[in-house]
Amino acid sequence: MKYDVVIGLEIHVELDTKSKIFCGCTTKFGGDANTHCCPICTSMPGTLPVMNEKVVEYAAKAGLALNCEVANFSKMDRKNYFYPDLPKAYQISQFDLPICNGGYVGIEIEGEEKRIGITRIHMEEDAGKLIHDQLDNGSLVDYNRCGVPLIEIVSEPDMSSPEEARAYAEKVRSILQYVGVSDCKMQEGSLRVDVNLSLKPTGQKEFGTRTEMKNLNSFRSILRAAESEIKRQSRVLDESGVIVQETRRWDDDAGKSYSMRSKEEAHDYRYFPEPDLVPIELSEDIIKTYKESLPELPHERFVRYTEDLGIPEYDAKLITVSVKTSDFFDQAVVAGADAKSASNWIMGDLMRLMKEVDTEDIPFNGDRLHSLIKLIEKGTISNNIAKKVFAEMFKSGKTPQEIVKEKDLEVVSDTGELEQVVDKIIETNPKSIEDYLGGKQKAMGFLMGQVMKETRGKANPQMVSKILREKLETLK
Amino acid sequence: MDLRKLTIKTTAKALREKEISAVELTENFIKRIENVDSKIDSFVLVCREKAISDAKVAQIHLDNDEGNVLTGIPMAVKDNMCTKGITTTCSSHMLENFTPSYSSTAVENLQNDGAVLLGKLNLDEFAMGGSTESSYIKKTKNPWGLKRVPGGSSGGSAAAVASGQAIFSLGSDTGGSIRQPASFCGVVGLKPTYGTVSRYGLVAFASSLDQIGPITKTVEDSAIVLNSISGKDQLDATSVNSGVGDYTEGISGGVKGMRIGIPKQYLAEGVAPGVSENVKLAIREYEKMGAVCEETSLELADYAIAAYYIISSAEASSNLARYDGIKYGYRSSNFKNLIELYKNTRSEAFGAEVKRRIMLGTYVLSSGYYDAYYKKALQIRTLIKDEFDGLFNKFDCILGPTAPTTAYNIGEMADDPLQMYLGDVFTVSVNIAGLPAISIPCGLDEIGLPVGMQLIGKAFGEKTILRAAYAYEQEHPFALAPEVTA
Repeated sequence: MKYDVVIGLEIHVELDTKSKIFCGCTTKFGGDANTHCCPICTSMPGTLPVMNEKVVEYAAKAGLALNCEVANFSKMDRKNYFYPDLPKAYQISQFDLPICNGGYVGIEIEGEEKRIGITRIHMEEDAGKLIHDQLDNGSLVDYNRCGVPLIEIVSEPDMSSPEEARAYAEKVRSILQYVGVSDCKMQEGSLRVDVNLSLKPTGQKEFGTRTEMKNLNSFRSILRAAESEIKRQSRVLDESGVIVQETRRWDDDAGKSYSMRSKEEAHDYRYFPEPDLVPIELSEDIIKTYKESLPELPHERFVRYTEDLGIPEYDAKLITVSVKTSDFFDQAVVAGADAKSASNWIMGDLMRLMKEVDTEDIPFNGDRLHSLIKLIEKGTISNNIAKKVFAEMFKSGKTPQEIVKEKDLEVVSDTGELEQVVDKIIETNPKSIEDYLGGKQKAMGFLMGQVMKETRGKANPQMVSKILREKLETLK
Repeated sequence: MDLRKLTIKTTAKALREKEISAVELTENFIKRIENVDSKIDSFVLVCREKAISDAKVAQIHLDNDEGNVLTGIPMAVKDNMCTKGITTTCSSHMLENFTPSYSSTAVENLQNDGAVLLGKLNLDEFAMGGSTESSYIKKTKNPWGLKRVPGGSSGGSAAAVASGQAIFSLGSDTGGSIRQPASFCGVVGLKPTYGTVSRYGLVAFASSLDQIGPITKTVEDSAIVLNSISGKDQLDATSVNSGVGDYTEGISGGVKGMRIGIPKQYLAEGVAPGVSENVKLAIREYEKMGAVCEETSLELADYAIAAYYIISSAEASSNLARYDGIKYGYRSSNFKNLIELYKNTRSEAFGAEVKRRIMLGTYVLSSGYYDAYYKKALQIRTLIKDEFDGLFNKFDCILGPTAPTTAYNIGEMADDPLQMYLGDVFTVSVNIAGLPAISIPCGLDEIGLPVGMQLIGKAFGEKTILRAAYAYEQEHPFALAPEVTA
């Protein structure tokens, strides 16, 4: 049977505040176990949470960038469950009055724009982490993550393919990086995704039973997990089986998911309003200030790049995916680089280099790209040498001027020096000279190449060509 | 020197005038605790060395003419308030060996003002109870009759002050836990408006109801302690700066023209005759002093206990979930997996009353029951607040008995928790509405046990009830508990 796929995502994003949501401890990733905590985030008896106002601001800004309504009144609630990584045995979260409601983001699917609805965004605290296998017969707990601020972005079930799910997640991540409320580093767990997926016979209105796959931490695994779950559910339905509403764990290495717990086994979280915190009230004025302070978002930059700077749409789209490449581009242009050539460098060499070492970070500012382009324009280095210089800049973070100087890469434009080389080449290649004089134009190219080789590519090609022609002319 | 008679005010004067040094004073109290507390059992821990060294520091301040009215005054605090480096047990097996690395803000404020901590006082386990009998550690006795309960849950705090083992103490009040033991022990107990005193470091029972307050021998002492412990605390989001200034200011202003409401439900059937008679005499006294007393009605009083036990147990079930044997406190040695570790730890280390409340609270928050119990209780809470608001349009304060009875015998209510819960009938609505209330002694019943009356004020109306209580106290100085004989 043919099925329609229905996917909704819950995206958990760590907010990039300096301190935790309810205490002053650092949110820095890593650190020795239990060194980023205090009596408050380890929930010792008698301690109390106090809301970090930056968390509220960041959550509201994330919501505004995702086209949500920010609530004038929201509150925190307790979600009660026992687990050793949760030292209060409840998580402070938001239940019925979240900070943001009703937004959307646009994604592009096969050239078509599609809107994915956002149901709500709520704030909550992260839990600690269990470390297994370090003791012979037990587990250890690291509370460093406890109280790290998170937002959970809940989408509508608007996605109808794994590709759409991935595009949506990528778009949300990109927007949040632009707003600067999260670094969204998936490998460090600052963006995790739960995939809710169900199938229904094509055309049917009512949704089928859904399953939830938790804690996917790469776009690839979102795609694979969704694809695998579609296959699994189709198989069950094809055999007239019943989909069990359950939570599943995706094993990325095995490429398979496993049942974790069914709806019947689901916790009763006994949510109730957190009495230790006061409700969060945001005036329209404050919300307006937040809105006005939002930076230029990817689609806005796209418009500027294509309309004001004349960058092709395809290039503008790729450059604006990541705030880092987009910022880099803007830096180069602000420094004075020609937008077209800056864009060409980013689309070509920069993206290739970033892909090679699998990084999103660019180790230098865009104004250095401008310096490099200037060196080419002035004729100080050739285009080919510039590519090598750029690779070196990426590797070492040095300025192009430093690299050119250190490696002695400047174009040789000294007539006397070039004449000497040309003389040497003429002397050592009598056969080619003969050919040339005999009318074989191709020999000219060979001789040029020999000169470039002799100068390790540094010779100014226009000058070489001129000198060579002149000398050969005298031999005629 | 009869330590039973010392108040903060008189002692501060004696210290300033060098009639006694802070160290001698503290030593005298420690000696008295050693002599007397084996009969009363109010202390779970005496901090002898720390107290003496703190007294020495206080004396330096006194010698330099620094410090304030609390400098060098010996105090003790209920053992559910965290004290840095000093065990904080909540009188529970669960936290028997728990030593916090931080102090509660209220205790720290007092220590910063120079008060000397003598030790930690017994309570009902996790402050759940009305007789201090649910303490895992010991049963505290009432100085007015050693076979009787001191009330609770701040039973140790009230008994220690009544028996002259501390000049004042701190208690905590979730549903009457300061006022009722103050009433049973013939001392003054003040529950401030919710938010007046920081809850940071107070081991939570029911967060939306808990409030720390003083237990003292006089009304003025209460105001003095409140001055030290009140104020906005950056560590407690629910704390506020009430902005009322010095609580002792205007305390002797009298009650002329003060409008006092007497809810008829507070003197109805079920109140022991010895209690109602003394309260009625007090009402007459207020009229004599120029107050206008008028009967009124608190229609929702009947619902207060139910709402209170639902809300407080719900919050308690969540607040006490952290005692799971993972990080600190008791851990069962008998487990094969995580679930057993949780179950056995909590089964072995919580007492019956605590378990009862956790079960009750878990039940009322459970899916399918939330709306019928917890949500409804919150609605009643709003109605009770509204009803009080209405009364305070007409009255400056509300007066009635603190508890329906005087101190009962140890063990008398042990098998009847429901009966014990009914003892909170006059106190819980004050917590539900977040209001301030003070219990002061107003005579003795037919067998010589102290009776307490409660004055309830509007939110942040502490000064009004302190003034009313002070006026009565001036006309009827409180009786001293009989000397405890070794």
